[in-house]
Amino acid sequence: MLFTLIFRNAFRHRLRTLLTITGLTVAILAFGLLSTVISAWYAGAEGASGARLITRNAISLIFPLPLNYREKIRQIDGVRSVSLANWFGGVYKEPKNFFPQFAVEPESYLGIYTEYRLTDEERREFLHDRKGCIVGAKLARTYGFKVGDTITLQGRIFPGNWDFVIRGIYTGRDAKTDVSQMLFHWDYLNETLKQRSPGRANAVGVYIAEIAEQGRAAEISRAIDAQFRNSNAETLTETDRAFQLGFVSRTESIVVAIRIVSYLVIFIILAVMANTMAMTVRERSAEYATLKALGFGPAFLVLLIYGESLAIAAIGGGIGIAATFPAAAAFAKTLGKFFPVFEVSNTTVALQVLWALAVGLVSAFFPARRAARVKIVDGLRSIG
Amino acid sequence: MSELPASPLVSLRDIVKTYHRGQQTVPVLGGITFDIDAGEFLALMGPSGSGKSTLLNLIAGIDRPDSGQLVIGGVDIGVLDEAELADWRAQNVGFIFQFYNLMPVLSALENVELPLLLKDMTRRERRERALLALEMVGLADRAEHAPSELSGGQQQRVAIARALITDPTLIVADEPTGDLDRESANDILHLMQRLNDEIGKTIVMVTHDSRAAGHAHAIMHLEKGELSGREEVRV
Ligand SMILES: Nc1ncnc2c1ncn2[C@@H]1O[C@H](COP(=O)(O)OP(=O)(O)OP(=O)(O)O)[C@@H](O)[C@H]1O
Ligand SMILES: [Mg+2]
Repeated sequence: MLFTLIFRNAFRHRLRTLLTITGLTVAILAFGLLSTVISAWYAGAEGASGARLITRNAISLIFPLPLNYREKIRQIDGVRSVSLANWFGGVYKEPKNFFPQFAVEPESYLGIYTEYRLTDEERREFLHDRKGCIVGAKLARTYGFKVGDTITLQGRIFPGNWDFVIRGIYTGRDAKTDVSQMLFHWDYLNETLKQRSPGRANAVGVYIAEIAEQGRAAEISRAIDAQFRNSNAETLTETDRAFQLGFVSRTESIVVAIRIVSYLVIFIILAVMANTMAMTVRERSAEYATLKALGFGPAFLVLLIYGESLAIAAIGGGIGIAATFPAAAAFAKTLGKFFPVFEVSNTTVALQVLWALAVGLVSAFFPARRAARVKIVDGLRSIG
Repeated sequence: MSELPASPLVSLRDIVKTYHRGQQTVPVLGGITFDIDAGEFLALMGPSGSGKSTLLNLIAGIDRPDSGQLVIGGVDIGVLDEAELADWRAQNVGFIFQFYNLMPVLSALENVELPLLLKDMTRRERRERALLALEMVGLADRAEHAPSELSGGQQQRVAIARALITDPTLIVADEPTGDLDRESANDILHLMQRLNDEIGKTIVMVTHDSRAAGHAHAIMHLEKGELSGREEVRV
C-alpha cells in the first residue's frame, strides 16, 4: 500500500510529473555528455606515459631542434632509447578533414610507443617501405582507409603533395590509446625536403626519450636541458603526460566553462524539482494531516514524500543515463576527429546516479520536514 | 448482577484553550468541564466560532489544551508524547470529517483499509475486514471506485467505514453532513445512529443543524467557549 500511495501520488498530475521527468532526463543526459567531453579532453594525457620524456625547443614547439641532439640525449644517464617526431599538419582532400600526422623514426618510435599494436607483417611492411605509413583503427574507419591504399596529403607546413601507402592499421592496447593518428617515415619527409627546400631539412620537432625509471623523470629532464643550455637551441623537457596536460591546460578555461555549465544544468533541475515537490506537498496538506490524525507518524509522511521524489528522480535519471550511451555514440561520430577517445566512463555514470539521487533527496527535504512538523489542526484547516 | 461504578468514558476537567494571533490572544475555551458516558451519542451545537471544532479536536487527541485534564478510557492523554498520542488515536479514535478527507489516489476499499496498516495484520486480513466494513455502510459494490467516482454521501459512507475499521472506542465527527444534501445527510445520520445502537459506538458529533442533532441522545450547547446547557433528546 505504501508503494501504491507513492506511485499513484507521483503520477497524480500526469503532465506535471512528465515535464519534471523530462527535465531531469535532459539534465542528467546533458551532464553525462558534458562530463564525457571533459574526459575526452584529458584522455590524451591519461593515455600518455610518465616514462617518456618529450624534448622540444625551449622557445616554442614550432621551432625545430638540430638532428645531432639525438645522439647527445641518448648518452645521458637513465635514457634507454630516443626517437624523434615532426608534426606534419597536412590536409587530406579537404581542409575539414583534420587528423594528426607525425613523421617519426619508425623503429625506435614503435619501440617506445608499445601501446600502438600492429601485426608482425604490417610492422615489417611499414618499416621496409620508406613511403609507407600506418593509421589508427579509428582513423581508418572514419575515412575508409585500407591496407594498400595510397593517400595524398597536401602539406601546409611542408608545401606540396605527399603520397603515402598504407602499410598497417594499428589498434590500441586499451581504450585510452589514441587510435586516430597517422605515422610515417621521418626519412621520407627529410629526404624530400632536401630536394624541395634544403634549408628546412635535418630539423626535428621533438625528441622522445624512453627512460628506465619513471621516478627519475625530473632529474633526467633537467640533465637533458642542461646539456643544451647556452646552445643556440635550448630545450625544454617534460614527461609525455605533462606535455599532453600542457596542451589541455592551455584550453583549461573551456574545460572549466563546460564543467560549470554541467553543474548549472543540475542546479537548475534541482530548483525546478524542489519547487514542484514543495507545491505538490503544500496542495496535499490536508491529506497528510488526515494521515497523521489516523495515527500515522511523521516518519510515514517523510517516507511518502521522499519516496515520491526519489521515484521521479530515479525514472528521470534512469532514462537520462540510459540515453547518454547512444547520445555519446552519436556525438563521437560527428566530433570523433577532435577527440581520440570519446567514451562514457564509469565515473560519469556514477556521478549521474549521484546527482539524480541528490536531486531527489534535496527536493524532498524541505517539503518532508514541513509535512512532518505541521500541526494536524493547521493541516486540516487548509482544506478550504 | 453487580454493577461496576459507572466511570465516564470521556472526562474533561477545566479545559482551557487559547489561540495566539500575532500579539493578540484569542480565548477559545474558557474552562470546560463535563463527562461523556460510554455508548453515548452526543451532539455539540453552538454558533460559528464558539469553539466546537476546537473542543472536538481536543477530545480526538489531535490538539492539546493549554490547561486542564482530559481522561479518555482511563488514559490521561495530556501526559502522552506525540508518538504515544498517535498510537492512542490509532487505537481509540475514528474520524469523520466534513469534507470526508479520503485519499484521492486510493480506491474506496484501500481508503477503508488504510488505518489497518498500523496494525499487525496480513494483507488478506486487511482486505477482508475492509470489505466487511464497506458492506456495513452499503458500498461493497463500490469497493474499487476512486473517491472522485462517488457522490458526497457515498464518500462520507466510505469515511465512516474507515472510522469503524479499527473498532475505536470513540468516533468524532465534525459536521459530517455539512457538505451534503438533505437526503444524503439523513442516510449518514441514520448510519451513525445504527453504529451507536447496534454496536454501541460512542459518538461525539459537531453540527450546526438542529435536525441532525436530533439524531443524538443529547445535545450540548457551546457559547463563546463556555457550556451553556445540555438537553436530552426524546425519541
Ligand atoms: N489555528 C487557529 N489560530 C487562531 N485562531 C483559531 C485557530 N483555530 C480556531 N481559531 C479561532 O478559535 C475560535 C473557535 O474556532 P472553532 O473552529 O473551534 O469554531 P467552531 O465553533 O467550530 O466554528 P464553526 O461552526 O464555524 O466551525 C474562532 O474564533 C477561530 O477563529
Ligand atoms: Mg468548526
